[in-house]
Amino acid sequence: MSGSIPTVRPASLRRLRALGRAELALLGRNRGVVFTALAVPLLLPFSIRPALDQMDLGRQGLTVGTTLLTAAVGFSFLFAVYASLVNAYVARREELVLKRLRTGELSDAEILTGTALPAVGIGLAQALLLCAGCAALLHTGAPKAPYLILPALAAGLLVAAALAALTASVTRSVESAQITTLPLMFVSMAGSGITFPVEVMPDRLAAVCELLPLSPAVRLFRGGWTGGLSAGETLTASATAVVWILVAVFAVRRRFRWEPRR
Amino acid sequence: MNIHEHEHVIEVTDLSRVYGGGFEAVRGITFSVARGEIFALLGTNGAGKTSTVELLEGLAVPAGGRVRVLGHDPFHERAAVRPRTGVMLQEGGFPAELTVAETARMWAGCTSGARPEAEVLELVGLARKHRVRVKQLSGGERRRLDLALALLGDPEVLFLDEPTTGLDAEGRRDTWALVRELRAAGTTVLLTTHYLEEAEGLADRLAILHEGRIAASGTPAEVTAGRPSRMSFELPDGYFLGDLPPLADLGVCAHENDGRVVRLRTRELQRTATAVLLWAERTGVELRGLDVRSASLEEAFLGIAQEQEVAA
Repeated sequence: MSGSIPTVRPASLRRLRALGRAELALLGRNRGVVFTALAVPLLLPFSIRPALDQMDLGRQGLTVGTTLLTAAVGFSFLFAVYASLVNAYVARREELVLKRLRTGELSDAEILTGTALPAVGIGLAQALLLCAGCAALLHTGAPKAPYLILPALAAGLLVAAALAALTASVTRSVESAQITTLPLMFVSMAGSGITFPVEVMPDRLAAVCELLPLSPAVRLFRGGWTGGLSAGETLTASATAVVWILVAVFAVRRRFRWEPRR
Repeated sequence: MNIHEHEHVIEVTDLSRVYGGGFEAVRGITFSVARGEIFALLGTNGAGKTSTVELLEGLAVPAGGRVRVLGHDPFHERAAVRPRTGVMLQEGGFPAELTVAETARMWAGCTSGARPEAEVLELVGLARKHRVRVKQLSGGERRRLDLALALLGDPEVLFLDEPTTGLDAEGRRDTWALVRELRAAGTTVLLTTHYLEEAEGLADRLAILHEGRIAASGTPAEVTAGRPSRMSFELPDGYFLGDLPPLADLGVCAHENDGRVVRLRTRELQRTATAVLLWAERTGVELRGLDVRSASLEEAFLGIAQEQEVAA
């Protein structure tokens, strides 16, 4: 990997497209992963629906609709992007595909990016469809600060993808990925405002939870919908997301395993 | 032959490689490969062949020494080297669930100036399998797919790590013919093998690796020169080794006597063989299982392994 940020050239785009296309075909042939990625983010939010009725959402300017939508998008980051991508990175490494790709013209960054393209694309499409669907069906109305939605999705997708590469570095097999992905899953569901808004927590705990990897994305997304995020809060959340992405990319560059352990 | 005849496209100087656990797989080897040459790294399993080739391919950083491929460091100057090299790893590296055609298309998309996929699949005899998933290919077919993809970019330098392992006799001959054609077209080929006849028949020059060091190198003729030739036969009942003329007079440098079977090693094969056969003619003895052979790479190879063991 070169020391500088790679510039995107036509040849690089061609390579990313070729790799992404192959990876999409592989994703489509793995039924378990397809089901988890497509169905879980749509079904899981309904399991939290009863709990939402107990909460005083109105005080935070939230409705059941926006909370469900946020949950669905958060689950999409976790299942469609993070979990399926850990699976893809580990499977390709164990099949020696990553090693083989490194003998060719692709840079390390291109290999990781190209492999991530289908999962990230599905996560993005899913989030946009959910937004449109909820606006139409759940009477959530249009987002009040729509300019925050795309940065929110970018933050969520990039953090999930970068952490997937990092998680893959400490995962020995596709089977053990079911365990190594749990910490981020649990922490994010409980603390990042995916299953319930962080605002219902005690202030001090909420302040810590704001720093979790997916918290900024969820916060920006919900803020985009309610319009209740101040400029300062927007900036803090964006900066937190950027720091997580930079830390994860830095760690991946140093720690990523390209070959199975001997 | 062209004006680049003496240009060294691969230069390896005092190269070493140490694995995480401290195991020294490559211990200071030096060699070079000229443009258009087929160079074989020969050795038993664990001799350090793959460890060496991976350093040349730029997959790992050496612990010491220097590698240059086409004048560049293959690890740190990856972008300069990769478009001009083709690599066939020792095993696999293709997603099991993709078809042959999808795999080739993916690889072509990642290769600058790629030849048409169908053309290289045809070249290795996989054209009819283009819709078959990689997981359904036989071991030999996977090796050929790997070779096809290594050839996609029309490389100047080709690294083949055990290209014929798992191939049947016909597949092996086809691969050899293909490698010879590539050399004729000016491609430089570095291959590893543990098949002696492959190195002997294919390589212009070779190095025998043993425990991470080069034990012998040169043309196959140079490596086998000075190695003793062999003669063996069975003596009939009632005859013993002592009945032969004195062995030293026959030019024999070593002998073994295993029951009725006599094995002789000699540096003067013609003299030894003539004397033994004349003796048999004179005494009216039939030498069953008569086998006379000149020094081969196998002889050199086994000799080196034994010498190193004795030295250790």
